[in-house]
Amino acid sequence: MIAFRLPVGVANFSRGRQWFVVGILSLGMAVLLGRTFQVQILDSPRLQAEGAARQLRSIAVKPARGRIVDRNGDVLAVSTPLDAVWAHPPTLVQSVADRSRLADALGMSVNQIDSLLDRYQDREFVYLRRHLPPAEATRIESLGIAGVSSLREYGRYYPAGPITSHVLGFTDVDDRGQEGIERAFDNHLAGIEGRKRVLRDRKGRVVEDIESIRPVYHGRDLQLSLDLRIQVSAQRHLAQAAHEHHAAGASAVMLDVQTGEVLAMANVPDFNPNKRSDISGERFRNRSVTDVFEPGSTVKPFTLSMALASGRFSLDTSVSTSPGIHYVGGWPIRDVHDYGELTLSGVLIKSSNIGTAKIAMELAPEKLYDILTKVGFGQPTGVELPGEQGGSLLKRERWRPSEHATLSYGYGLSSTPVQLARAYSVLASGGILRPVTLQRQHRPVAGQRVLSAHITRQINFLLEKVVSPQGTARRAAVPAYRVAGKTGTVHKPSPTGGYEEDRYQSLFVGFAPASAPRFVLAVMVDEPQGKHYGGEVAAPAFARIMADALRMYGIRPDAGVDSGVTIVSHTVGKETGA
Amino acid sequence: MRWIAFLSLLTFVSALAVVVVRHQNRLEFREVRAAEKLRDRLNDEWGRLQLEQATWSRHNLVEQSARQELGMVTPGPTDIVVVQLEAAQ
Repeated sequence: MIAFRLPVGVANFSRGRQWFVVGILSLGMAVLLGRTFQVQILDSPRLQAEGAARQLRSIAVKPARGRIVDRNGDVLAVSTPLDAVWAHPPTLVQSVADRSRLADALGMSVNQIDSLLDRYQDREFVYLRRHLPPAEATRIESLGIAGVSSLREYGRYYPAGPITSHVLGFTDVDDRGQEGIERAFDNHLAGIEGRKRVLRDRKGRVVEDIESIRPVYHGRDLQLSLDLRIQVSAQRHLAQAAHEHHAAGASAVMLDVQTGEVLAMANVPDFNPNKRSDISGERFRNRSVTDVFEPGSTVKPFTLSMALASGRFSLDTSVSTSPGIHYVGGWPIRDVHDYGELTLSGVLIKSSNIGTAKIAMELAPEKLYDILTKVGFGQPTGVELPGEQGGSLLKRERWRPSEHATLSYGYGLSSTPVQLARAYSVLASGGILRPVTLQRQHRPVAGQRVLSAHITRQINFLLEKVVSPQGTARRAAVPAYRVAGKTGTVHKPSPTGGYEEDRYQSLFVGFAPASAPRFVLAVMVDEPQGKHYGGEVAAPAFARIMADALRMYGIRPDAGVDSGVTIVSHTVGKETGA
Repeated sequence: MRWIAFLSLLTFVSALAVVVVRHQNRLEFREVRAAEKLRDRLNDEWGRLQLEQATWSRHNLVEQSARQELGMVTPGPTDIVVVQLEAAQ
C-alpha cells in the first residue's frame, strides 16, 4: 500500500495530525474502491447494454442511380428515394408486444416476423420490408420499437412504362442493372457506395454523423439516342398491327440515316417495368436484337446491287421467269405468279425469286457473300444491348448451286430487325455503313463506304416503285412524302427442319424521304394470322410510324404537287437586301 | 532538464491543438452533412417533380386533350403548303 513515513528532520510533528491525514486518505481509497465495485460488478450488465447502445458504427451510404434521358432530355428512368425497414434481431426478439405492433404497421403477420428473426437470429441485420415510401417508413420508425430502424435506398421508376421497357431493361431490388441499357451501362449509372461513421442510440437510430470514411459518388446521367415521341408512335402502331393480325410478336427499329443512332426500338409483347413481379422471361426479350429470322425478299436489293456493280447487268437487262417455277440442282424456286419476261427493274418491283436467282447465278457465289457481309449480315451491329444476336451467314468452301440460289433471295441466312435496318441504312445513305448506337451522337459519324452512290441511286429508284400503286407495298406510302422500301414474307423454319407451311413472318423495311433519306425503319410481324404478306401486314405499320416521325421532325414534303400539297415560291433578299 | 520542460510544453500544446482541430473537424463535418442533406432532399424533390412532369406529359394524355378538348387533327397532304425560298436575282 502506501509508504507512509515521516520525513526525517521534521520538527513539531503531532501524532493527531498524522492520523487525521491517514484517515482522509483511507476514506478516499474506500470511496474509490466502492465505486469500482459498484461499476464493475453491480452495474456491469446495465452499463454494457448502454455502451452497446450508443455505438460508433460505420454504415453504408447508398448512391443514387443516374437518370436515363432521351435525345431531347425527356426522362426515361429516374431513381426516387425510398426506405428499407430493417431490424436488429437480438434486440427485437426480446419483446413480444412490440412484434405484434410492428406486424400491424408492416402489414405482415407476427409469424412471418418471428420466422425471419428465427432464421437470422445470429445476425446483426435483417430487412423487414424494402422500397417503402419514406413517409411510411418514418411512421414505422416513430413507433419507437427497439431494434427497428430504416435505411435510405433508391427505387427505379420508368415514366414511359411499357413503351421503353425492352430498350431500358430494369434493375433488381439492390439497384443493379439486370437487362437492357440498365445492364449495359451499369457502371456508368450505378455510382459508388460511400461509408460514414455515425453515433447510434439504443434503438439503432442515427443520432449524429461523426465523420465521412469514404465519400459517396452518385451515378451519372445517360443520354440515349432514342426519341421518346417516335418511340411512343412505334410502340402504339406496332401493337395495333400485332393486335389486328393476331400476331405472336412484332418489332420495329428506326435508325437515323446520317448517324446510325437508334431513334426507336419497339417490341410486342411488352411489359410494365414498374410492376413486373408476375411476368415471365419471355416478355422481357428485346426481339429487335435477339430474334433472328430469314430476311427473304428484303435481301434482293443487295443481290441486284451486286449485279449492277459487276457491270454485266443494267436496269433494262431482261430475264425470263416463265413458267413461275425453276429448278436449281433439283431444288424448286417458285414465284407467286408467272411473270414471264422481266427486266432487272421488274424483278425487284415484282419481287421475283426466279429472276433474282437467275441473275445471281450468273456471277460467282463469293460476290454474293461479299455484298451481304459488307452491308452487315452475319455480324452483330454492336448496338449497346446485352444478348444481341449476330444472325448467320455461312461461308462455304464450295456453295451448292441450290444454296447460292436461295441465298440470293434471302433464305439460308438469318438476321435481326436491327441488322436489317442497318443494311437498308447503307442504301439510304448512298452507300455508307455506320455503326448502330443507342447513345446520342453530337457529331457527324463518318462510317465506311461499301456501295457506290451511283448504284444505290438506281436501286433506291426501284425501291420507290415498290411503294408506288403498281408495287407490292403501296400501303407503305406516306402522304406527301416519297418512300422507298421492300416487303418480305418468309416461311418460318420448322424446328424439325424445312419450313412451316402456314407460319409466316411479314417484313417491311424502307426509308424516307426518298429524295434525301433521313429515317430508315424495319418492321417485322411474327406469325400474323389470316393475311400474311409483308405488304399487307408490316407495310401499314411502317407507314404510320414513318408519317409520325417525318411530321415531328418537320421534314420537308418531297412528293410534289401530285400528292396534294401546295407549293408556293417566295422570293427573299430583294426587299431586305441592301 | 530545461530541454525536457520545453519539449513537454510543446507536446502539451500540440495535444491541445489536436483536440481543437478534431472538434472543428466534427463541427464542419456536421455542416457538410447538413448541406449534403439539403442537396439530397432537393435532388429527391427534383426527381419527384420530374416524375410528376413525365406523368402529366404522357403522350396519350396530351394527344387525348389535343384531339378531344382542343379539336386538333393531323394535317393531311392538302393542308400542307410548302414555301420554296428563292434568292432574288
